[in-house]
Amino acid sequence: MDEILHGTYEAARLIVTLDRDLLEIIVLSLKVTLTAVAIASLIGLPMGAWLAVNRFRFRRIVIAVLNALMGLPPVVVGLFVYMMLSRSGPFGAMGLLFTPSAMIIAQVLIITPLIASISHQTIRDLWAQYHDLLISLNATRGQRIMSLLWDGRRALLTAMLAGFGRAVGEVGAIMIVGGNIEHATRVLTTAIALETGRGNFAFAMGLGMVLIAIAVLVNLAIHGLGRTERSSVW
Amino acid sequence: MPTSQGISLPAGPAGPAALGERAESGRAASILPLRLRGAMARARGKVLIGPIDLDITRRGLTIVMGPNGAGKTTLLRLMHGLQRLSAGEIIWSAPQSQVRDRQAFVFQSPVMMRRSVLDNIAYPLVLHGVARADARAQAAEMATEMGLGGLLDQPAPVLSGGEQQKLSLARALIRAPEILFLDEPCANLDGRATREIEAILQKAQGDGTRIVMSTHNMGQARRMAQDVVFMYDGKVHECAEATGFFEDRPKTPEATGFINGDIVE
Ligand SMILES: Nc1ncnc2c1ncn2[C@@H]1O[C@H](COP(=O)(O)OP(=O)(O)OP(=O)(O)O)[C@@H](O)[C@H]1O
Ligand SMILES: [Mg+2]
Repeated sequence: MDEILHGTYEAARLIVTLDRDLLEIIVLSLKVTLTAVAIASLIGLPMGAWLAVNRFRFRRIVIAVLNALMGLPPVVVGLFVYMMLSRSGPFGAMGLLFTPSAMIIAQVLIITPLIASISHQTIRDLWAQYHDLLISLNATRGQRIMSLLWDGRRALLTAMLAGFGRAVGEVGAIMIVGGNIEHATRVLTTAIALETGRGNFAFAMGLGMVLIAIAVLVNLAIHGLGRTERSSVW
Repeated sequence: MPTSQGISLPAGPAGPAALGERAESGRAASILPLRLRGAMARARGKVLIGPIDLDITRRGLTIVMGPNGAGKTTLLRLMHGLQRLSAGEIIWSAPQSQVRDRQAFVFQSPVMMRRSVLDNIAYPLVLHGVARADARAQAAEMATEMGLGGLLDQPAPVLSGGEQQKLSLARALIRAPEILFLDEPCANLDGRATREIEAILQKAQGDGTRIVMSTHNMGQARRMAQDVVFMYDGKVHECAEATGFFEDRPKTPEATGFINGDIVE
């Protein structure tokens, strides 16, 4: 009990005084995750839209695979990326293993299917509404996709936030491909795991509070967007 | 040029000046008349409509009538190219590549894009490369003339049924189409909204837009029709001038029954 109280106090002090190590870890966490969300969105959003708008032979299979990939265990993704990037792997020469880039790659692989799948569902519903109009107006394929992405932007933002939420709290893959190296690849989740193991509860709790704060904010944002989505018409 | 009175099409690259040009001697020949020859539409092995022979002349206002399920919607969609032609021919008077961009379609249930009223109306212009500011200016002018002036910044999906239908019409007319198809545009509207839509259509017609519309409203058909196409069971049963159709009575018992309000068996 004492330990928890003391830990909480210490954690609050670290946060309030903007402890350098803590700050560094937070910044790297956000940098890695935001970059991963940006890249995954650039791939996943148009991919979802494209799947919604086009009819082709293996469409159903592609969508099924996408949905299956959503449930991929992050640790396995980490293992896969590790093998690809390790010195003997196909991309070993690039020297990316144990760098933030490797962590970004792993996160992109984890959340792209999620973002693509949610955006596919959203865009598919919107496309059903817009289909006749856009065909009638002779919109090109590119214009159709752009219009759907734009008009579905709120739901798509929700998809991006869901991706962010999943990536920021992820530990397994990041630990494997980043290595949790101090001042290099240490992020919130891996640091919490490490500091807890070391018995360094105050620091671990400070990190934990920040992580919880981020997660809560993101969830509030998703919830808020979801509600405006339903109560208003766009 | 249209005046500020009543409804007018906005000036601009695709405005009435260009339309007039087309109609008179023009940069491009008119896409009309339109001819259907043995045109048929099928879905799931079933014949929906046809074979249909029909001419849509360069001028006038054609009303498509007939009982539910007769094939009015399918006919309009077929002419516009939204429904696949399964047999026969649809012959426009201009090369196929020019045809689509010079038509417009108003759907029975209005499609409201999740954007402002203004951006909905400006949308077809933006698609065709008009600069956004320019497109919005033209759209604002059009909206104001249609009585949507106070709603420009509203999200389109919150509009009332009548307002949505007017928005659809504004969006369809913004590029001054040579031919406008409308599928029961006044189906859920009250008398006043119906009259407003009719006034807009008559003005558009005066500005050179050929109109082909379906309706269940007999009064509207009598007020507006110059030609009547009566559909029954997927076929064009009668095709006549409006005066002949309404005053001298239709030639077939089905059409007679229909305009007398009887149930056609
Ligand atoms: N995609 C489709 N697949 C199968 N049947 C269809 C399809 N589209 C239309 N039909 C059928 O074609 C027939 C004509 O339909 P259409 O919608 O053209 O009638 P309508 O004259 O517009 O009727 P209403 O007055 O009710 O609008 C109907 O029997 C309808 O069930
Ligand atoms: Mg119909």
